[in-house]
Amino acid sequence: MGDWKTITVPVLSSDSTTIFQYTSDKSISPPSMNSQVLRLSLPSSKSVHGFFSAFCTEENIEQSVSYLDRELTTLGFPSIYAESKGKELNLISIINCMNELLVLQHKNLRAQEEVEMQHLKLGSDMDHLQNCYAKLKEQLELSKREIVGLQERDRQLQSKNRNLHQLLKNEKDEVQKLQNIISSRATQYNHDMKRKEREYNKLKERLHQLVMNKKDKKIAMEVLNYVGRADGKRGAWRTDKTEARNEEEMYKVLLSDYEQRQKQLLVENAELKKVLQQMKKDIISLLPPQKQKLKERSEDGPVLSDLEEDIGELNKENMWELSCETVREQLTNSIRKQWRMLKNHVEKLDNQVSRVHSGALNEKDVISREDHEMETEKLELEIQQCKEMIKTQQQLLQQQLMCPCDDDTTLLLQDCYLLEERERLQEEWRLFREQRKNFEKERRSFTEAAIRLGLERKAFEEDRGAWLKQQFLSISTDYKHSENAATPSAFLGSSGQDNRLVKSTSQQRKPHCMLGGPVSAEPCQTSQYIARNSSALRKPAGDSKPNQWLENDKEAE
Amino acid sequence: MNFSELFRLSGLLARFSPDGRCLASCMQYRLAVRDAGSLQILQLYTCLDQIQYIEWSSDSLFILCAMYKRGVVQVWSLEQPDWHCKIDEGSAGLVASCWSPDGRHILNTTEFHLRITVWSLCTKSVSYIKYPKACQQGIAFTKDGRYMAVAERRDCKDFISIFVCSDWQLLRHFDTETQDLCGIEWAPNSCVLAAWDTCLEYKILLYSLDGRLLSTYRAYEWSLGIKSVAWSPSSQFLAIGSYDEKVRILNHVTWKKITEFEHPATIVNTKTIVYKEVEKSPSVETERLSFPPTRALASSLFSTQSKYDISEVPLSLHCVKPAADRANPKMGIGMLAFSPDNCFLATKNDNIPNAVWIWDIQKLKLFVVLEQLCAIQCFRWDPCQPRLAVCTGNSNVYLWSPAGCVSVQVPVEGDFPIVSLSWHSSGDSMVLLSKDNFCVCYLEREEVK
Repeated sequence: MGDWKTITVPVLSSDSTTIFQYTSDKSISPPSMNSQVLRLSLPSSKSVHGFFSAFCTEENIEQSVSYLDRELTTLGFPSIYAESKGKELNLISIINCMNELLVLQHKNLRAQEEVEMQHLKLGSDMDHLQNCYAKLKEQLELSKREIVGLQERDRQLQSKNRNLHQLLKNEKDEVQKLQNIISSRATQYNHDMKRKEREYNKLKERLHQLVMNKKDKKIAMEVLNYVGRADGKRGAWRTDKTEARNEEEMYKVLLSDYEQRQKQLLVENAELKKVLQQMKKDIISLLPPQKQKLKERSEDGPVLSDLEEDIGELNKENMWELSCETVREQLTNSIRKQWRMLKNHVEKLDNQVSRVHSGALNEKDVISREDHEMETEKLELEIQQCKEMIKTQQQLLQQQLMCPCDDDTTLLLQDCYLLEERERLQEEWRLFREQRKNFEKERRSFTEAAIRLGLERKAFEEDRGAWLKQQFLSISTDYKHSENAATPSAFLGSSGQDNRLVKSTSQQRKPHCMLGGPVSAEPCQTSQYIARNSSALRKPAGDSKPNQWLENDKEAE
Repeated sequence: MNFSELFRLSGLLARFSPDGRCLASCMQYRLAVRDAGSLQILQLYTCLDQIQYIEWSSDSLFILCAMYKRGVVQVWSLEQPDWHCKIDEGSAGLVASCWSPDGRHILNTTEFHLRITVWSLCTKSVSYIKYPKACQQGIAFTKDGRYMAVAERRDCKDFISIFVCSDWQLLRHFDTETQDLCGIEWAPNSCVLAAWDTCLEYKILLYSLDGRLLSTYRAYEWSLGIKSVAWSPSSQFLAIGSYDEKVRILNHVTWKKITEFEHPATIVNTKTIVYKEVEKSPSVETERLSFPPTRALASSLFSTQSKYDISEVPLSLHCVKPAADRANPKMGIGMLAFSPDNCFLATKNDNIPNAVWIWDIQKLKLFVVLEQLCAIQCFRWDPCQPRLAVCTGNSNVYLWSPAGCVSVQVPVEGDFPIVSLSWHSSGDSMVLLSKDNFCVCYLEREEVK
């Protein structure tokens, strides 16, 4: 706690010990210190008396005054004597000195208070920091202990891991060893078995010889009479011819089996091809015959016609059941292509649906999609009807052909009927295709017309709007003709563009000048707005029509 | 369903004739031929010794009876009961005997598989086939009876010989890449021969009729391999049941596996129907009890009715752990059979001996599981329709068809533990065999349950 400055006071009488007591007292608790200070600053009556009697008595007034004067002068105060030497005291200076001293005292006290306050604060800070420090030390200790514990655990786990690895390795080694043992034992057993078998064979041979040699009459067959063969034929000698015949028979059996299998596979193959064809047709029917974007039309047009050609080709070829590589590849490739197209189409439809849901409805899309859907439904119905017709015709054909006639004629008949049917179908296909193309063309023209109509409508609307504004302008700017000179100045402060505009507007306004002052500002503003708009409209180079209209208008003016 | 009475039987030897008119059964050394419909005895023959094996010839005119201990085969004719024929192998011994497909030759396998002797009933000629293989299925005839495949082993290597049955000429002889050929089987279309290796090695080879190797299939190494093999009736599929409790199906076009059927102990697929056999003992009112108990009452007290319940899936089946240190463990797919219309496959997993698994081949999925109370002894498909008959060693016979499942108790007095059954070729009746008796069950046409 603080240094308590002992104010050295020159040795005085013993009565001054009280001062020493006060001044050199270091027992510290701030409030007590404060009270001590206060006590000092507000000396009690007793101590005042003591104080006064201690320092200045009636005998040493002169000395004490001179002492005081000396002290004061050393402290920088003016002398308390009236003149430089003499015994008269300057009361004013004394009072001033006293005042100064009091002020000084107050200042000192305040400074002391502040210092004590700071002292207290620092003390509490220090306490706080010490607490924190203690806590952190504790935490550090704890963490260190934890770390040690974790390290220990980690070490244990590592060692366990190593042990397990070791065990695993041992097990694997053992397994390998056992496998080796097994294989070696197996070879050993095989070897032993072979040896025993050879011995056994030798015994068998020996026994066989004995049996044969004995010429046992007992080995015989007694039969009452020989039975005829099961198939009634006589037995034949075994010759080379019979051998050859047997070989032939065997190969015939094998061949017939393979042929049967091949037939089954052919039938399966044909069925699968039919299914693929059907799928292809279905896919084509699902695909839209007309695209909605203008760009893709050119791409898909030739593709579609290619597809149709492919259908025709493959139909033809299937009729004759060719199964060469190229046809198969063509079929699978075409199906893949169409499947991809169908996928794309479905994705596009999905996108469109999502767009519709998000609210971005485009008029022309809606129109053409509805048309398109109607068309596709119509076409699908037609296709269904055609298919059913074909099916019924096929069934009738089958029924007709089921009546017994020998193979050749049935084949011929089938061929003839099929040929006829095929040609008829081809005709119908051609017609159907032409119709579809016509539908496509019509739809294309419809959409184009719709687009054009839309654009024209928009142009017309704009035109009308502008004309109405023009009308309004013409009515309103008739008032302005007199104010030509005044108004341009109001706008001259703005950009050069405005000047140009103003010039143009003033040109425009010349033929219709009518309105007076107060109303003039508005039409000017509107005219400026219109003019600005017109300039804005003039800027984009793309839209030719509105520009044309504007320029025409200007020229007309 | 009608049941006949019980008749005596020995050795589980009761067979319908291929034309379906007669039923041959043997009791010790006597052979009785009965009419298939009325079960009246048409003929009775006496053999020299206890009969171990009987077989009808393909035209149903002759029956062979083999007595292995004596090494003698006797052939009886149905047309001429006086006709007799005896083939004595003498010191060569006899371990197996069978007819050739034309019904006029008998193939005898001598002891130690020294040779196969082909005896002809028409001529005096005898043929020998040397070095036949001593395996499960060493001789296989094609369905049309034209060719015969024989597994052979010379110099520690396996071979297959293909003979033409009409004149016993060797057509093809080729070696197989097997360690120890275990069995051969022709496809029903007579064009492909399947040959599979011993259970120590999972390997199945497919040969064409002219001896070319078409394909080899190996599912895995080291573990026990193939246990059972079955061709589908259309020759489209080859089902291979193995010791790892799975059935693998190969297709005839690529000979590659198209699917594998697992047989886990818990069934989780909710689309599978599980029929569980439950027993109900009929309740008896105590007032009616009389002393001494009448016969009917006694039998009804102790008789239990069994019926099928449909169980909820998921469900776990009763599993049996096979002894690990014995050979031929009871695990894996022991029985495999396709239905005649090629739509279903019935399998039995020896780990789960009480269940029959029926697979739908069109969808290649598990269709039905039949869970029985006792271990399955035998199941056979009806030769005409997809109807499966199952027997489990009690006196019930169980029938399954896609329409449903039924359990029928054979109304006989006393015990009748059915261990085997076989269908009549028309699918109208079947013979149920136990160790000492047999019974014929007649099914009505409308009763397709």
